Amino acid sequence: MKTLSRLYIGLILLFLYAPVAVMIVFSFNSGGSVWVFEGFSLDWYKGLTTNTSMLTALEHTLIIAILSSVISTVMGTAASVGILALRKRVSRSAVMSVTNIPMMNADIVTGVSLMLLFVFIGNLFTLKESLGFFTVLAAHITFNLPYVILSVMPRLRATDMSLHEAALDLGCTPTQSFFKVILPSISTSIFTGAIMAFTLSLDDFVISYFTCGHYQTLPIVIYNMTKKTVTPDVYALSTLIFLAVFVLLILYNVLQSKAESRRGFNV
Amino acid sequence: MNKKSFGSRIVAAPYMVWAAIFIVVPLLIMAYFAFTDGSGNFTVDNFMQIARFKKAFALSIIYAVIATIITLLLAYPMAYYMTKLKISSQRMVMMLIMLPMWMNFLIRTYSWITILANTGLINKFLGLFGIGPLQLINTPGAVILGMVYDFIPYMILPIYTAMSKIDNSLLEAASDLGSNSWSRIRRVIMPLSLPGVISGITMVFVPSISTFYISQKLGGNKDMLIGDAIEYLFNTGPQYYNVASTLSLILMVMILVCTLIMNRFGDDEEVVV
Amino acid sequence: MTKQNIIELKDIFVSFGEEKVLDGLNLDIKDKEFITLLGPSGCGKTTTLRIIAGFLDADAGEVVFEDKNINGVPSYKRQVNTIFQRYALFPHLNVYENVAFGLRVKKLKEKEIKEIVTEMLHLVNLDGFEKRSISTLSGGQQQRVAIARAIANKPKVLLLDEPLAALDLKLRKDMQKELRRIQRQLGITFVFVTHDQEEALTMSDRVVVMNKGKIQQIGTPQDIYNEPENAFVADFIGESNILDGIMRDDFVAEFSGHVFDCLDKGFDKNENVDVVVRPEDVDIVPADKGMLKGTVTSVDFLGVHYEIIVDIGGFKWMIQTTDECFVGDNVGLFIEPDAIHIMKKSEYSGLYGDYSTYSEEMEHLSDITEDDDE
Repeated sequence: MKTLSRLYIGLILLFLYAPVAVMIVFSFNSGGSVWVFEGFSLDWYKGLTTNTSMLTALEHTLIIAILSSVISTVMGTAASVGILALRKRVSRSAVMSVTNIPMMNADIVTGVSLMLLFVFIGNLFTLKESLGFFTVLAAHITFNLPYVILSVMPRLRATDMSLHEAALDLGCTPTQSFFKVILPSISTSIFTGAIMAFTLSLDDFVISYFTCGHYQTLPIVIYNMTKKTVTPDVYALSTLIFLAVFVLLILYNVLQSKAESRRGFNV
Repeated sequence: MNKKSFGSRIVAAPYMVWAAIFIVVPLLIMAYFAFTDGSGNFTVDNFMQIARFKKAFALSIIYAVIATIITLLLAYPMAYYMTKLKISSQRMVMMLIMLPMWMNFLIRTYSWITILANTGLINKFLGLFGIGPLQLINTPGAVILGMVYDFIPYMILPIYTAMSKIDNSLLEAASDLGSNSWSRIRRVIMPLSLPGVISGITMVFVPSISTFYISQKLGGNKDMLIGDAIEYLFNTGPQYYNVASTLSLILMVMILVCTLIMNRFGDDEEVVV
Repeated sequence: MTKQNIIELKDIFVSFGEEKVLDGLNLDIKDKEFITLLGPSGCGKTTTLRIIAGFLDADAGEVVFEDKNINGVPSYKRQVNTIFQRYALFPHLNVYENVAFGLRVKKLKEKEIKEIVTEMLHLVNLDGFEKRSISTLSGGQQQRVAIARAIANKPKVLLLDEPLAALDLKLRKDMQKELRRIQRQLGITFVFVTHDQEEALTMSDRVVVMNKGKIQQIGTPQDIYNEPENAFVADFIGESNILDGIMRDDFVAEFSGHVFDCLDKGFDKNENVDVVVRPEDVDIVPADKGMLKGTVTSVDFLGVHYEIIVDIGGFKWMIQTTDECFVGDNVGLFIEPDAIHIMKKSEYSGLYGDYSTYSEEMEHLSDITEDDDE
């Protein structure tokens, strides 16, 4: 039983990692094909440093990911506070239904609907280019927001009201209380939301595809490359990204288990 | 006076304005396009043209359903076996499952070409025994494989989460009342993990039915799926925006209906639990 | 006791939806006293406290603090501090920072803060706990930190919302003494909320018994116990046999078919009244020497005394005695004039019957469900 279960887990993981392994191996190919492995070399990695279109795309991706995750985290956290303060249950559930739309909807529908909006606005103001930096940023903020809100709101709802009252009681104004007491006590979930927003933004292809215009992010550049014959430099780049995400994920897990063990004492 | 308020509802105002502009208005514009012709006159003609995409819709649904079923069959035992591991190993496996998720799915999908192509790894391996080459790439099977591969983490994770929440004392109680391990799975674990299965199915079905990359790369552009049709029309030019909007609207409604049905399932179950 | 009032609540009305929580409450709190709001779950005691603290605005009425109306003054501007039911210590701050919290908000100098925090931690016997994280403290220690944090702000009034409810019995007894000591040492007003009548009696200068949003009686613990104003108070505080009686004349009451001498006067002739006799004030005597005669129907040994139920003409009396009895014994009851307390008829008359359905277990269960107020 035990060996069977281990074998099964192993097989599924093999399935998940086979393409990853292929990608890593061929990124070291000395030849120019992703079919035939000719020998080991680091040429494709070296080549990346001079590949300007890829480096620009990487820069774009990082700028968009950082800006969109910061903006959506701030706006989403404020929204969580405000939505919980809504008096009528009906208006709260109406807002939450709208919030859920980008999460439930297919990315392609979100993408094309945003594109239609941007084109519409562009025509309205007779802009030469209706798509670009601002549209892809707005799109990313939009699909990040629900993840931030759904991460922050439950934690905020579970926060003991008497902590807030205790702060008021000790002389804080409601605003001071929010920054000194409430915010620190929900900081883990805000952090989780921000990380989620950041990675979603890094990884997004479909929505960016419809909204980025000439402001191309890395997934878009990769997409354009896979349209033609693929050379191992895409694999080299992806291997690097894979490593970066790997490190980030480990860091995040360590942080989270630290936070958990700190909370664990608190019974 | 609201008892549970840490601040004023005013602070939600920026978000509400944002959500109105970037969530609600775009869908309204999409609906407007779907019901008008190129010069903005009301028409239902776009819906008539849908007939041309009958095959794309049918294939999308069939592929997505098959992919979802296969994913579920693969993921369910995986999640179950994971809960049997040590806690530290569970964490490890979880991380290993999530790791490829954060990788660009275009590359993950593209790598399968290297494996499945006529000169790819599998056929080379089979060639050693004098078999093949088999036609693996550019087949419906490859498209479904791509869907299963890309979306299986979304199935494993919710099921695993639901299962690991099951209180061990419930299983002990079931044993105590005479259940063997199979009947424990059937009578306790399956019903209690159903909410995870429901959300897993939704999370796999929605991207599968709307994908437009997997079929182009692994299916060799032979069969157009609904996502491909939308992408193609929008890229071809503004004259096709109306029809493309109609397709998107129909896709959205289909997804909405599926989600509602699945949620209904989930809700019923929660009442029982 | 001619101390000046520090807080006056005048005609306070509060309702949550349809439910009236405070119904015309009037209460004067004197400076430097230990006053306890006592009552069952949902009686409005916590609401009263929250109105004083400023967490809640009354629908109508006036809150006066040192002769000034403070209606609408937010809680952070009031010179009162609160000890919360579950302490509400800030989990992201250590002991020192929790106690220093209010001082930092006031922007005191670091040196002053340090002095006050050290002094406060000393006052609550937590010297050396400065660096400890909140989550590593026991319930009793958390309680002490909460006290230190609240009094570090030097409030004129400290509000305590069932602060001992989460502690076990032994610790609760210790903390009761400790709170009393701290209150005397600081010389400030404590307003204490509890549903535990024993706690209220041992700690307070004055007790306010509340029910259904109204004050039933205000008085010293002795007054409340010995001279309950109505059947509710008599029943809620301690054990009591409450009987229907008739006041034949000043100092003469008739109940259970017998005429007794008593110490009460000032009722109309032949006025219907409620009669309270505490179980420990009844003597068991041989049947032929008793004023009332009856049969023992149940005997429980409680260590200090026996608790026996005696059926007299269908009414079950509870009697606490050190004399051993057995079920089925015929006994007589002897009641001294000072053991009898006469009350006017009220809305509570007849609600509290005899002890025919009494059981220890039931009493216990109702205690547990009284955990959360409002």
